[in-house]
Amino acid sequence: MGDALFRFATAGSVDDGKSTLVGRLLHDSKAILADQLESVARTSAERGFGGEPGAIDFALLTDGLRAEREQGITIDVAYRYFSTGRRSFILADCPGHVQYTRNMVTGATTADAVVVLVDARKGVLEQTRRHLAVVQLLRVPHVIVAVNKIDLLAYAQSAFDTVAADVTALTRELGLPEAHVIPVSALAGDNIVARSANTPWYTGPALLELLESLPSLDELETELEALRMPVQLVVRPQGALAPDVDAESYRDYRAFAGRIASGTVRVGDEVQVFPGGATTTVTGIDAGAVQLDAASAPQSVSLRLADEIDAARGAVIAASGSLPTPRRELEAALFQLDARPLTPGARVLVKTGTSTVQALITAVHGRRDLATLELQPADRLDANDIGQVALKLSAELPVEPYAEHRRAGAFLVIHPQDGATLAAAIVTPPAA
Amino acid sequence: MSAIDTLTSPSRLGALDTLESESIHIIREVVAEFERPVLLFSGGKDSVLVLHLAAKAFWPAKVPFPVLHVDTGHNFPEVIDFRDRTVARLGLRLEVAAVQDYLDDGRLQERADGTRNPLQTLPLLDAIAAGRHDAVFGGARRDEDKARAKERILSLRDEFGQWDPRNQRPELWDLYNGRHTVGQHVRAFPISNWTELDVWRYIEREGIELPPLYYAHEREVYRRDGMWRAVSEVSPARPGEHVERRTVRYRTVGDMSCTGAVESDAASVAEVVREVATSTLTERGATRADDRISEAAMEDRKKDGYF
Repeated sequence: MGDALFRFATAGSVDDGKSTLVGRLLHDSKAILADQLESVARTSAERGFGGEPGAIDFALLTDGLRAEREQGITIDVAYRYFSTGRRSFILADCPGHVQYTRNMVTGATTADAVVVLVDARKGVLEQTRRHLAVVQLLRVPHVIVAVNKIDLLAYAQSAFDTVAADVTALTRELGLPEAHVIPVSALAGDNIVARSANTPWYTGPALLELLESLPSLDELETELEALRMPVQLVVRPQGALAPDVDAESYRDYRAFAGRIASGTVRVGDEVQVFPGGATTTVTGIDAGAVQLDAASAPQSVSLRLADEIDAARGAVIAASGSLPTPRRELEAALFQLDARPLTPGARVLVKTGTSTVQALITAVHGRRDLATLELQPADRLDANDIGQVALKLSAELPVEPYAEHRRAGAFLVIHPQDGATLAAAIVTPPAA
Repeated sequence: MSAIDTLTSPSRLGALDTLESESIHIIREVVAEFERPVLLFSGGKDSVLVLHLAAKAFWPAKVPFPVLHVDTGHNFPEVIDFRDRTVARLGLRLEVAAVQDYLDDGRLQERADGTRNPLQTLPLLDAIAAGRHDAVFGGARRDEDKARAKERILSLRDEFGQWDPRNQRPELWDLYNGRHTVGQHVRAFPISNWTELDVWRYIEREGIELPPLYYAHEREVYRRDGMWRAVSEVSPARPGEHVERRTVRYRTVGDMSCTGAVESDAASVAEVVREVATSTLTERGATRADDRISEAAMEDRKKDGYF
């Protein structure tokens, strides 16, 4: 089977029916099995859900923790899996009301698409703007806005058109790519898996059709970017060889193991290695015991090089001439996730690629008003704030602006003592 | 998009290739950033898969960490045999934490229902401490259970092995934060994003050997809690339970006292793939008595330091 993987995140505000949408998507794509359905049906009945016998509270399918079921809320990002004939999907279900920025950021960093829910009766809300602002900053390639509960408005086209126009205006204002706007009823199943007869005025695809056809990040990026591979470790078996490996041939084996972050590498390619910038040639690409002629992002491989290069974890192997000038001073958009505020002068750790270095927050330039994305003056960043900061690193790193290279521009800000992930950050010039 | 690259690029990876690549990346990150990782290895298909991926990640070097088996004493003999052969073939060190030792000296007591799954937590935590393991690989998958759906790929545990689902580190991009303080350790789940069907399709593609009881065979069984249970010393039929010979296979391999078989004619890996693709029950729902105790059975065990 040649189906590809597609990752998407769902986000919404309180009570806009997101859990129901996720449950419906899983149920109608046959990803819910009989024992799960039985357990949910039993709990639905115990809780007196709905009027009809056998009505199911789909939200119970996704709320996995005891506290979530007891309080009827979703606390943490949950991952769901389903597949159709064409694709395997990983769904990051991001709850809307507790720590919404933290959850949205988590889901958006790996997503090929984000599905934002809007209640057709309420239209675009403050929270919709915030979700879309995060999507814009983190450059999720595809935005889908599901206008839910259209059944409660008697499937009126005018109601949908009003919301769709607001969404279009908002995406333009935020500088987002054009959103796919779909009228749906998660409860009734309209336009989720198949186009609904209840919305004959809607001629676009159903949600699942869209998810099956949009190109993934890897499909979009691989061919456009130069090779870049952060080195995770050096494979050098010396005496400790795997079984069935010929000791004579592999005694001096040495290769750089990593996951290709962008581009394609072929045997014979000239590459450059950070630090130092030395140039050499790729003599072999190994994936386990299989030797490849070429490999592309996001494959995990081991690269053999023609020359003895002094490189270890933290090195970056890149297409010759493509390495950016290493930098110690960064300007970044920062998503504060920890409850402790971030202030200028804070000493932190920065992890990017396979490098972790000490860093100093040299300035907090301000905090973004998430409704407008404008930068407002601020001297500290609190949990769920998105701000603009300057950092100084203890060592030079070959980072790039996130807008130009996602994997070379993303980093974690980590507490140097307790190891907590304080913030997600992306290399972004202050004017952007 | 460049036309040349489209023709020659190997970038159209299938879902299994992408999952494999992600898992190998995680395994290498943990080995690079931790001092003393260990893999929980039961001989079950998920831990066999993690070991296979680890062998690929470090080839031609051997797998650079030992394996740990938490032995409930209620094992399928075929699985122990498979475990020992696998460890010997790959030249690995095997650490065993035996629940039986704890029962013998009174540190643990047998439960009234006879199941030993919840008893594994203490020997596991002791073995992690004794081996000074700062990272513990497991084969858990997020599609197995609702609580596991909220688990991180790298999951921080305190001295008591406790999982605090409301206070987890956010997991961003493919940047894993494994930093921890003295006394803490990290559970690493490299195949978090695989489904049961992915695992089987990959086992088929790679020709990975599994214990024979994953495939259809005849066995003396009886019906209990809606599952077929094997007749054995640790799981005898009770009076009134009718023992018969049936063709069965196991979808999960765990403690004999709480793992059930399913009726199946799937004798080859290709037949199992077909069966799993069309199954109407989850693997835990079909085969694990311990997860039927309550909606939150897995969550409660995980909070206490379980796998």
